[in-house]
Amino acid sequence: MQTSLEAIDLRCVRGERSLFQGLSFTLKGGELLRIGGPNGSGKTSLLRITCGLLEPDQGEVRWGGESVRRLKEEFWARLLYLGHANALKDDLTASENLKIACALAGVVVDARRVTEALARLGLAGRENLPARVLSQGQRRRVALARLALGEAAALWVLDEPFTALDAAAVEDVRSLIAGHVSRGGGVLYTTHHEVSIAAAVSRRIDLGGGQG
Amino acid sequence: MIAALRCVIQRDLLLAARRSSDVMTVVLFFVIVVSLFPLGIGPEPKLLRTVAPGVLWVAALLASMLALGRVFASDHADGTLEQMMLGATPLGLIVAAKVFAHWFVTGLPLVLISPVLALQFDLPQELLGVLVVSLALGTPVLSFIGAIGAALTLGLRGAGALLALLVLPLYVPVLIIGAGAAEAAAAGLGGSAQLLILGAMLIVAAAFAPWAAAAALRISVE
Repeated sequence: MQTSLEAIDLRCVRGERSLFQGLSFTLKGGELLRIGGPNGSGKTSLLRITCGLLEPDQGEVRWGGESVRRLKEEFWARLLYLGHANALKDDLTASENLKIACALAGVVVDARRVTEALARLGLAGRENLPARVLSQGQRRRVALARLALGEAAALWVLDEPFTALDAAAVEDVRSLIAGHVSRGGGVLYTTHHEVSIAAAVSRRIDLGGGQG
Repeated sequence: MIAALRCVIQRDLLLAARRSSDVMTVVLFFVIVVSLFPLGIGPEPKLLRTVAPGVLWVAALLASMLALGRVFASDHADGTLEQMMLGATPLGLIVAAKVFAHWFVTGLPLVLISPVLALQFDLPQELLGVLVVSLALGTPVLSFIGAIGAALTLGLRGAGALLALLVLPLYVPVLIIGAGAAEAAAAGLGGSAQLLILGAMLIVAAAFAPWAAAAALRISVE
């Protein structure tokens, strides 16, 4: 199936407030789409709607022309979503956490590739430390190490991937995203950091201030 | 898909092993509740023999109830649950794997320790077997039904009390038939009828409860 994500006339209401309405966009392979906007403008809700975790109050999200809430596992097998939460277990080591995250996503990895992925994110030598003793930035890096093993996923949806990272890690993640886009994958992400990522097609939608 | 399920079971068992206090709490709770009855009722052997199956069953039910809140709570808090929902494996199967792992660490120990506790009630040896089999078939049913309740109350304030109110009425048929097995055996009726019904309940619960729990989880996470 082609990488082709289509959001049609989305509307999201949280509580009494309408976060956005009439929001439409498309994302094809090799494209980068950044969602901008102030805190509380609905960026995370939009990403969750795109993944099919949240039902939009109006409109729908389609993957290859079919609604994602109907496709379910067929779509999710092609998706890599990293949310605000790192999805790490404090009692498991960095490499155990990464291996489990990959297994849940249906990606089979061996120990060597897990070590390589962690090293790529600057965690060499810390593979066997429990996540409990890692710093906030290191925990984020463990979660992001999935990107280094995520080439099989056609669509990456990343919620604030650069938060809590130092300059070196931001650079690592930037190059992983650029690499994915150049391979023909699509990336949808939100960030408050001004990070320029090389991509053939790079667009930006700003929430809470109209479409830009 | 099989790899993902094996991974979920392995992970939950590993987490339980690294946090063995959680498991021990449930087992000790069971031991203490069961031991309180002979102390409270008095040492009359005939009375103790009569109440033994019911007491063990009620205690097992409360102990498995106690552990329920944890089935999904930590995965919900750290975001793993979202990853499970967006994985390549259907959520119902993941839930089934989690419930199995949960029963393995909180239900199975109760089954294994129950014959020892039954000695306090002077339960005849030939009844011990029936009691253990009834618990072995019944406690997974409790875990499956409980998972639906745990999924429905996920992330709510005061989830523990609400969970008990929601789930305990649903446990009643399992309790009646489970405790009835040993009672029927004591009356010389064998108790195999009750055990077969428990087996049937287990099959139905294993087939349907994970999907109901998965649907409830999707609503809770929205």
